[in-house]
Amino acid sequence: MTAATDPAAAVHVAGLHKSFGRTRALDGLDLTVTPGEVHGFLGPNGAGKSTTIRVLLGLLRADRGDARLLGKDPWHDAVALHRRIAYVPGDVTLWRNLSGGEVIDLYGRLRGGLDNARRARLLEHFELDPTKKGRTYSKGNRQKVALVAAFASDADLLILDEPTSGLDPLMEEVFQECVLEARDRGRTVLLSSHLLSEVEALCDRVSIIRKGRTVESGSLADLRHLTRTSVAAELAGPPDGLSRLPGVHGLDVQGNRVRLQVDTDKLDAVLRSLTTSGVRSLTSTPPTLEELFLRHYQDELGGEPGDGYHRTDAATKAAVRPSGAEPSDAEGVTTR
Amino acid sequence: MTAVLAGPAVRSGTRDLAGTGTLLRLALRRDRLMIPLWVLLLGLTVASLGGSFEALYDTAAQRSELARSMNANASMRALYGPVFGDSIGGLVAWRMAGFGAVLAAVMSLLIVVRHTREEEETGRQEMLSAAMVGRRAPITAALLTAFLANIALALVIGAGLTASGQPAAGSLALGLAIGGCGIFFAGVATIAAQLTESARLAKGLTGAVVGLAFVLRAAGDAATADGSSPLTWISPIGWSQHLRAYADERWWVLLLLAAGTGATAYAGYALTARRDLGMSFLPARPGPARAPASLNGAFGLAWRLQRMTLLGWTIGFVVAGGVFGGIANGAPDMVGDNEQTRQILERMGGAQALTDTFLATMAGMLGMVAALYATGAVLRLRGEETGDRAEPVLAGAVGRLRWVASHLVVAFLGTGVVLAAGGVGLAIGYGSTTGDMGGRFGPIVGATLAQIPAVWVLTGLATFLFGVLPKLATAAWGLVGVSLALGWIGPALDLPQWAMDLSPFSHLPKLPGGDVTATPFVWLLLIAAVSTTLGLVGAKRRDMG
Repeated sequence: MTAATDPAAAVHVAGLHKSFGRTRALDGLDLTVTPGEVHGFLGPNGAGKSTTIRVLLGLLRADRGDARLLGKDPWHDAVALHRRIAYVPGDVTLWRNLSGGEVIDLYGRLRGGLDNARRARLLEHFELDPTKKGRTYSKGNRQKVALVAAFASDADLLILDEPTSGLDPLMEEVFQECVLEARDRGRTVLLSSHLLSEVEALCDRVSIIRKGRTVESGSLADLRHLTRTSVAAELAGPPDGLSRLPGVHGLDVQGNRVRLQVDTDKLDAVLRSLTTSGVRSLTSTPPTLEELFLRHYQDELGGEPGDGYHRTDAATKAAVRPSGAEPSDAEGVTTR
Repeated sequence: MTAVLAGPAVRSGTRDLAGTGTLLRLALRRDRLMIPLWVLLLGLTVASLGGSFEALYDTAAQRSELARSMNANASMRALYGPVFGDSIGGLVAWRMAGFGAVLAAVMSLLIVVRHTREEEETGRQEMLSAAMVGRRAPITAALLTAFLANIALALVIGAGLTASGQPAAGSLALGLAIGGCGIFFAGVATIAAQLTESARLAKGLTGAVVGLAFVLRAAGDAATADGSSPLTWISPIGWSQHLRAYADERWWVLLLLAAGTGATAYAGYALTARRDLGMSFLPARPGPARAPASLNGAFGLAWRLQRMTLLGWTIGFVVAGGVFGGIANGAPDMVGDNEQTRQILERMGGAQALTDTFLATMAGMLGMVAALYATGAVLRLRGEETGDRAEPVLAGAVGRLRWVASHLVVAFLGTGVVLAAGGVGLAIGYGSTTGDMGGRFGPIVGATLAQIPAVWVLTGLATFLFGVLPKLATAAWGLVGVSLALGWIGPALDLPQWAMDLSPFSHLPKLPGGDVTATPFVWLLLIAAVSTTLGLVGAKRRDMG
């Protein structure tokens, strides 16, 4: 998990520490984003995502650790770097008496240019009226102002900090198109998000952080592999020897009915064991992103990795919006 | 949750007022520092004047001479109103009924707008209104908060002056005159809060009405010696004075204040009932779809954000300078034969001819007030930072120093513009009454411009606080407040020189007329430069946001 020094990385962060008084916001965080990828940056509220981004923007100075952005130091080379970066905060505040169009142009000029044709197209797609004054925009529309400014710019690296909070599903769609279009133009995107469907649709790789540390990093396929598959089966006869198999968790046998979770890389042996008893019906649910994240988001990670996703923690669930793309998974998450 | 039925008589069911008690407690809790500070500072300032007048004019003959000369002078009547009684209390009422009423009005408008329009603008009201809170509860709670604050102010003034030996009835009358005017403008503020979507604009509108009331009274009192002008009588600030505390009080004037409060609050309630939450009667106009070429970076943005403020201050300074200049020619009459007042005025302004002394005092006052402008301009930086608007700008290709400098340039150069405007106003006002426009133009404008180094010291200290101790940045207002207090009431209180010297303005030569040496200017500029530099270094090195 510790990122090796990679001078070619668009973002390279290793062992980053930052404290505010006695609060430790970042505690040895690692993050590597390779050029041209869309990188998901995930973690529960207060995990340190925005702090990391503010260090990357040169607004905060890290206490310890290494941070490089496009090969440069984000604190010392801030101005040169910022010509190549477009940033969208999660909560956009605008000047009350500047119109949205003026703010878009201002941000463009602060970033070294913006593409007028793209600006016009984005305004149309996002259905944004640029003549309204800052104080009269709704939250979603303020967000659109920052998004139009970012996507209309020619920045090499887009840093988006929960950029779609407040957007409706239609606009979320437009946003996703814009990110993919930016990637097709060769741009790099660091996307902090809580929307799992968004992460799944857009991200090539993700990093999950918790309490200021990186707990997981890799492609979505890699991460899935680390989790468990839920299996529910109705058998011809009573199951035999399932509890002895490695990687089986939460085995629940009721007569001929079996429910269990199994480490995904141990699935094969479980299926073989089930078929020896004769399978009448079988549902196998792949690990959802939600489970994956819940596991890492859970406050009590516990000794045994994976324990977390057996509980449905209302608070944690509220923080993570369930993915629309994934099948709803009442089977996989059994409440004990 | 208790529904408090209070305030003006409007048709309203208790449902509309549901939650008023809770909102009132919330408002008092949020203002637990602000209201006591206002009440105590203003109340005790008024109450302490009894002692200083007693020390300065200890015989009835001196007081009656002062009253006679003040009433004979139109410009002094314009500034303070007529003297109705020449007792100690009567002089306190003469000096403070008008200014105290203005300050109480400012306190009220801050309270009311803060708990009505500001709550809506920030979106907090939406959450409150979604709970068990009636439609008229916020405006009622805001009015009650302002009412309680002003009653407390009236009691502090009344009790304080009574304790210092003044007649109780007159003391209470003065307290109620000041507090009552405060309550009246709380009603005005409820109207302004309905008219605009912006809390800042609502405060500005109410402030403009306060200013208009003061000007009407000043014009009326300048025109007639006994305050019988109708101009005085349509101004609520005029009412405060014409309650005639300590001079055979006219208690019925309180009915005017009560009726005026009822009428304005009724209008505020009626407007509230006719609009949606967050909306206003003066809708925001659309802006341009593209940015003008001038909005091209940090400096363009700072100029755009601050130019209207600067314009407002510039106009205000021309007008204020014109008024002060217009009354300067009558300055020698003011002092009359009173040796002690002459001494005070000389201490306030210098040893030159009395007219010059008066002009120098006015130039000094303009300088101190300009420090309010400069401090506000510097603290825009902190507002941009805490309001999360600095972050996206600094995430652009804008260096820290460039961003800080963009606002500092407006603050430092704006100080010069504002003071030059005040000087031109002062010179024109003075020239138009003497008929000699050119003769004193240069020295008078020079006198206001000479204030710049002292203002810059406070500007530099504000920059220092922003850069090095950002959490204490608002303490910069305190520094300006101390300078204002020292300059305004320090001479009357006969403070020792070292205390007076805490204010940067105390080190300036008394201009026009005084001797100019480079030393104080060099020192003041040096302090300003060092504190500004430290502030810039701090801002460059610290975490932002």
